[in-house]
Amino acid sequence: MRAGSIVFWFGAVVFLAAVFLMTQAVGNEYPFFAGYVILQFVVLSVAWSILGGYAGYVNFGTNAFFGVGVYSAVVLVKAFQAPLAAQIVVAAVVGSLLGLGVGLLTLRMRGIFFSIATIAVAIIIETAVTNWRFVGGAAGIQLQRPPVMPPFDSYVKMLFFVQALLVVIAVATTRAIQNSRIGRGLQALRDDELAAECAGVPTLRLKLLACVISGALISAGGAPAAMYLQYANPESAFNLNYSVSVLAMSLIGGTTHWIGPVLGAVLLGTTQQLSAVTISSEVNVLVLGIMLVLFVVGAPKGLIGLVRRRSKLERAGS
Amino acid sequence: MFSLDLLRDAVVLGLLLGCFYAAVSVGLSISFGLLDVPQVAHPAFLVLASYGVYLCNDWYDIDPLLAGLLISPLFFVIGLITYRLYYETFERRGSDAAVRGIAFFFGVAFIIEVLIILQFGVDQRSVSAAYIGKAWRLGDLRIPMRQLVAFAVALALTISLATYLSKTFMGRAIRAVAQDEEGLRLMGANPVRVKQFAFGIATAVLGIAGALLIIVAPVDPTLDRVYIGRTFCVVVMAGLGSITGTLAAALILGVAESIVLTMFGASWAPAISFALLLGVLAVRPQGLLGR
Repeated sequence: MRAGSIVFWFGAVVFLAAVFLMTQAVGNEYPFFAGYVILQFVVLSVAWSILGGYAGYVNFGTNAFFGVGVYSAVVLVKAFQAPLAAQIVVAAVVGSLLGLGVGLLTLRMRGIFFSIATIAVAIIIETAVTNWRFVGGAAGIQLQRPPVMPPFDSYVKMLFFVQALLVVIAVATTRAIQNSRIGRGLQALRDDELAAECAGVPTLRLKLLACVISGALISAGGAPAAMYLQYANPESAFNLNYSVSVLAMSLIGGTTHWIGPVLGAVLLGTTQQLSAVTISSEVNVLVLGIMLVLFVVGAPKGLIGLVRRRSKLERAGS
Repeated sequence: MFSLDLLRDAVVLGLLLGCFYAAVSVGLSISFGLLDVPQVAHPAFLVLASYGVYLCNDWYDIDPLLAGLLISPLFFVIGLITYRLYYETFERRGSDAAVRGIAFFFGVAFIIEVLIILQFGVDQRSVSAAYIGKAWRLGDLRIPMRQLVAFAVALALTISLATYLSKTFMGRAIRAVAQDEEGLRLMGANPVRVKQFAFGIATAVLGIAGALLIIVAPVDPTLDRVYIGRTFCVVVMAGLGSITGTLAAALILGVAESIVLTMFGASWAPAISFALLLGVLAVRPQGLLGR
């Protein structure tokens, strides 16, 4: 276990160092522009899997948390010209409060009822933001980026690095949960909530905790999007496409281990970025939807499951 | 600013709207309410039906209601196939499959939505018929004829479906399988076939419901997102699987939406059904006339 941790943190440091060197060495902004989106989906998918994967509660309201993150940043910029770090921290706090609220509201709901309730929360918040004049209402709001901080020479590169940092935070958090009593408790309540409760697992408290952490991370991952796009409107910030993308990426990767959502988000995110240049964004969503359906029907455990099955077969054969 | 006259008009229009909501939700009341299938793609199928009706109307100038009736058999078959696929891949494999079943229908909904966008674009589509555009005056209240037609057809549809479920042999079998699947098996019947047939009926009804949807207002590909809220709100508020409850719940939703629309304006309308749904789920999950 200890050795695994060393390897993990070593990998994380190498990853961040590589990202940093890339921002210094590569002049062209486009790779960062595209890469940012991929990293963002890694954060969202990993965060989603805490609740959706370990606990088995399918959250369709990713867009609610994402949009709340974006609009927390918008409000801070509009009211106080707050710096990026403050935007992300506040977004995480607001996201965790929303998570707590959703968790309390849906405490006794299971399966499809929970999923529908999360969509409902998303639409209600979107409607409220649409009717909120201060942040521009339905028309949206333009935002000015502040001057970029050294050592970065462009704002997009800085956002790319920040998002990479968030990836490390999200993955480390999820990994810590997976290897702790919390993760095992969540998996127990996923398999059989009643049995877990009877065995002394504090199911309600664990579910609330999962909602809070997952919500905080998703909102934090969404916060930089305001500065990235320099524009926010309710329809795109609360777009249901985020929910279906994150659901697809997590389930295609596999949700039993944190590496699954990372794999799914990197693979699908990269495909999306490559194909966005050549085909329309609608085809993108179509490919995502078809992949999602194929995987839930054909490969229930996602890519991880496929790999594990193969390695098991090889071991059995040798 | 807000007078009793306005309130009265809002209530009348809301009741008409509510009947229409009952018609678009009654299929879900069977598939989700009675059969426990997490049919999140129900509203997507509904919008798909509307586009089918639009095609019939645009190409051959068929009356939208007749077109809805014509495409119903097609939707019956789609329903049979969908249920069979769902049963074989998820339902038969037990509890772990539930999460993936939800994701499956969510994915199907998105595929339908995108296919419609690719084929028809994101513009709104509407149908033409003799009764669309006319209005009926009742004192100083002006009721659009399209609302009245939708109201009448929706009422007929809901009542006939309720009668079908309570009076015919097959209808009773469907209610029986919802109550006690094992019991049905012991009686020598095949519960899966009954459920498959019921799911077919639930989807076939969408042919006519889709016609009503495009008669009442123009349709665009992402309309299904709002209707997730409306249909699930109605079915959950009704108490899962109760058809009379569906009608009552739909009327409540219709009146609530209509009143909010008059008082606060259209921009708040999408949130009403979702707020009601959340309220019902949190306070009285068994619904108005719960089982």
